[in-house]
Amino acid sequence: MHSPRRSHLRALAGAALLIGLVWVGRALAVDATPPLPTPQLQQRYLALTHELRCMQCQDESLADSQVDLAGQMRSEVHDLLLRGMTDQQVKDYLVSRYGEFILFKPPMNWRNAWLWGAPILLMLVGFLAGWRIIVGRRRLVDDDPDEPLDDTVDEHWQS
Amino acid sequence: MNQQATPLQEPGTGGVRWRFLLPLGLFAALLVVLFVGLVHSPEKNIIPSPLVGKAAPQFSIPNLVSGGTPVSSAALRGHWSLVNVWGSWCATCRDEHSTLLMIKQQGTVPIIGIDWNDTPANATNWLQQLGDPYQQVGEDPNGRVAIDWGVYAAPESFLINPQGVIVYKEVGEITPDIWREQFLSRINAAGGAAPPPATGG
Amino acid sequence: MFVELGHYALILAMLLAAAQAIFGLAGPALARERWMAAAPSAACGQFVFTALAVGVLIHAFISNDFSVRYVADNSNSALPLFYRVTALWGAHEGSILLWIFVLSAWTMAVVARLRHLPTEFGARVLGVLGVLSFGFLLFTLATSSPFARLFPTPADGASLNPLLQDPAFAVHPPVLYTGYVGFSVSFAFACAAMIEGRRDQLWARWMRPWTVMAWAFLACGIALGSWWAYYELGWGGYWSWDPVENVSFMPWLVGTALLHSLIVTEKRGLFKSWTLLLALAAFSLSLLGTFIVRAGLLISVHSFAADPTRGIFILAFLVIVVGGALLLYALRAPRMQSNAGFDLISRESFLLFNNILLVIAAAVVLAGTLAPDIAGALHLGTLSVGAPYFAPSFMVPVLPLLALLAVGIHARWKRGGLSHARRVILTTLVCALVIGLPLSLAVYGHPMPLAPVGAVLGAWIVLSSLVDPIDRIRRRLTLSASLVGMTVAHVGLGIFVLGITFVSSNSIERDVAMKPGQVAMVGDYAFRYEGVRDVTGPNFTAVRGTVTVTRHGQLVTVLHPEKRRFYVQDTEQTTAAIAPGLHRDLLASLGDDVGGGAWSLRLQYRPLIRLVWIGGVIMALGGMLAVFGRRQRGPATVPDAVPIAVARRTPA
Repeated sequence: MHSPRRSHLRALAGAALLIGLVWVGRALAVDATPPLPTPQLQQRYLALTHELRCMQCQDESLADSQVDLAGQMRSEVHDLLLRGMTDQQVKDYLVSRYGEFILFKPPMNWRNAWLWGAPILLMLVGFLAGWRIIVGRRRLVDDDPDEPLDDTVDEHWQS
Repeated sequence: MNQQATPLQEPGTGGVRWRFLLPLGLFAALLVVLFVGLVHSPEKNIIPSPLVGKAAPQFSIPNLVSGGTPVSSAALRGHWSLVNVWGSWCATCRDEHSTLLMIKQQGTVPIIGIDWNDTPANATNWLQQLGDPYQQVGEDPNGRVAIDWGVYAAPESFLINPQGVIVYKEVGEITPDIWREQFLSRINAAGGAAPPPATGG
Repeated sequence: MFVELGHYALILAMLLAAAQAIFGLAGPALARERWMAAAPSAACGQFVFTALAVGVLIHAFISNDFSVRYVADNSNSALPLFYRVTALWGAHEGSILLWIFVLSAWTMAVVARLRHLPTEFGARVLGVLGVLSFGFLLFTLATSSPFARLFPTPADGASLNPLLQDPAFAVHPPVLYTGYVGFSVSFAFACAAMIEGRRDQLWARWMRPWTVMAWAFLACGIALGSWWAYYELGWGGYWSWDPVENVSFMPWLVGTALLHSLIVTEKRGLFKSWTLLLALAAFSLSLLGTFIVRAGLLISVHSFAADPTRGIFILAFLVIVVGGALLLYALRAPRMQSNAGFDLISRESFLLFNNILLVIAAAVVLAGTLAPDIAGALHLGTLSVGAPYFAPSFMVPVLPLLALLAVGIHARWKRGGLSHARRVILTTLVCALVIGLPLSLAVYGHPMPLAPVGAVLGAWIVLSSLVDPIDRIRRRLTLSASLVGMTVAHVGLGIFVLGITFVSSNSIERDVAMKPGQVAMVGDYAFRYEGVRDVTGPNFTAVRGTVTVTRHGQLVTVLHPEKRRFYVQDTEQTTAAIAPGLHRDLLASLGDDVGGGAWSLRLQYRPLIRLVWIGGVIMALGGMLAVFGRRQRGPATVPDAVPIAVARRTPA
């Protein structure tokens, strides 16, 4: 392959400042907050505003929301980052004023362990259950005669 | 359909299979969760404030009256006060205005207003039209103070005790009933309110 | 007076539903021929009166009859005719009426195919459906009648939420409900099978086409909703793990597990009780969804106005219907076990894990959606859950699921194993790597960590699904409808995975304040802002912007984003301008006038986003092909059904 890769990289580098860190790509609300001085700060800003809830709009993130309050809160996040706060400090700052409801990402602590642990736990239970069933059915494989599958079965699946 | 085996027994293997009751059990647990959710649902739209029980956030903002002394949280000490966040653009604030005027008339609890996301001209006009229940009104045009107080809608009102601690927060309109049941009850439980000292400006 | 006709029609429908339930369930139990024959007639009557009620309400909307409170709350004389009709399902009362109508329509479909089922079984299915219809009609008449009057009659109505004035919105709820509610048929079949305590697996064969149809409609409904949210809400998002979205997704996940489990039950008589449980679960999740959305349990852009009394009613309905069915399950399912076996590496084994992983995925979504309530019940404080939880958690069961699909699709039944397919699996994997890795690393560049994984999995699934059909075509063998349907559906899934992978990983968004003539780069595309002007629509005024997009100097498109202000509600709505393309979408939205002639704009580049919806629709298409292809093999090849019916008929 020739240089489409390089020209892509160059073009994307300019816009790369604004690629969010969140897994599912999200659009930004039209944000009149001036961008932050460094790319790292700007990326942190984007990540934070996607993780915070707009308090006035049901279920929209601070980044996506169009209402005035969201703009003001984004501005606040902007200033807090400029003041040198860490991501956790910014979140704590807002949580101390608005409560944990403002976080879209439930904090990873012991209280929420059941929620964050649920997928892994379920996978374990599921795997064990599946294994037990397979072991049980394997024993029966030789017991049951090869019954003829009924004639509406596709011949494809009969082999 | 003859049923020789008891319902919960697997045919031919004996022993009771309780696992078939598991779905019903899980469903029962789900119902509990849903019922709890339902019971709490009227409160769902009101997010509990983490500021209740804490000292009122400090602020100092320009007075609505040009040339007046800045409105600050220092005014909240020494007596019960009501901090009311409002705006001339807010329809519900209009609805609660008569209640605020009534509170002013009673004279025991001064109301400090924070004019949120508004212009002085609009706010002044509004108060002239509807009456001024506030002891003082401060301007918060870019919402900085509101964010400090965890405000996300208007009107919101905070009951502050003489020690400057937020005792209660009401989101939405204060009706005379709410004033009695939520605000006055708390004041009286703590021993009642003495009339506040008069302030200038 | 005319409006009251609708009200009376609903009452009659309710009584007929009760008749349908009684005749359908008691008829077989008491071996009464005539009762069993009356059930379909009652069902038809119920449909007629439900349709009449819907017709009356539509008429009220069209004729702007604002004496009807529901019309006054949701419509307006300035509203275009099309939206006056679709406003029917714009709020709670009308959407419940739609639910009931769709339920009775599905019932009619069952009636139409009744002769393919043994008499008792068919009657019982109708009986269960009658119970459901009765419950919903009772709920409507008791708490949410759309025919309530409003005095004094207002001069004009409040109009429809502007977000909902859109063609895709018109179609989304009916399609979604057709899917959602369609699982009631699977539910009814499962209940009938359990009531009879059938030891055979014929009921699985009967149930499958209905399940697949409901599943396909639900897939279309979800895809439509996602597409609508994308272009209507204006910020380029197509899925936000919003509680109402989750609540339609969970039945679909369980429905997918169900249709796979039905295959195993039908072919080998295995997993009978599990399949029954899934059928109960799919519909229970549909009911749960209905409850959650209307009972004020959710905070969502979607949710209807909260009303706890309605919530109590639906909760009671849930207890009776789902609790009753699960009790039936506990009593009857143990008897329906089979003694068949299968090997570790077999189609059954793969389908078992397919089911387990899909159910885990649904459980994760349920946990996240109900987390605030669960935390409340366990006194764990307040909790708020959004995409940052759902997205990674959902991946945990789903990524292995996708990999298993690409491998397991070649597995044979029982002891068949995979040894015959070793070469095929390796070849497809290598090809997938060759396609997926360069795509994500070179063509799109700067991938996020999981992007190559998603690309390879998507490609692998498509390739693996095509191996067998192509092989059969080459050997000049026939392709059954089931095989074609399955292939198409799996290919659709692979396409869907590819779309999601690249949209998530490689989208570019920029927020800029621009003056007329200024250019902003989004990837390779140059967006030039030309300016704004004022325009007027039928029920709104708007500011309309113009953005010219070029790439390497060539004109690509001209975009016209708008910011509309609707007269009646005095609300603002941002309408994004979208330049669609198979390989990418370009978007522009207006923000605010920031002064000095400049406006803030949001510009986006979304690669392969269309594949997300195209993939979903292809999946649904696969389902429909599988169902309608089967119809050629009609009842004539079902030898077992006839003897049972004949045997039962002789004792009177």
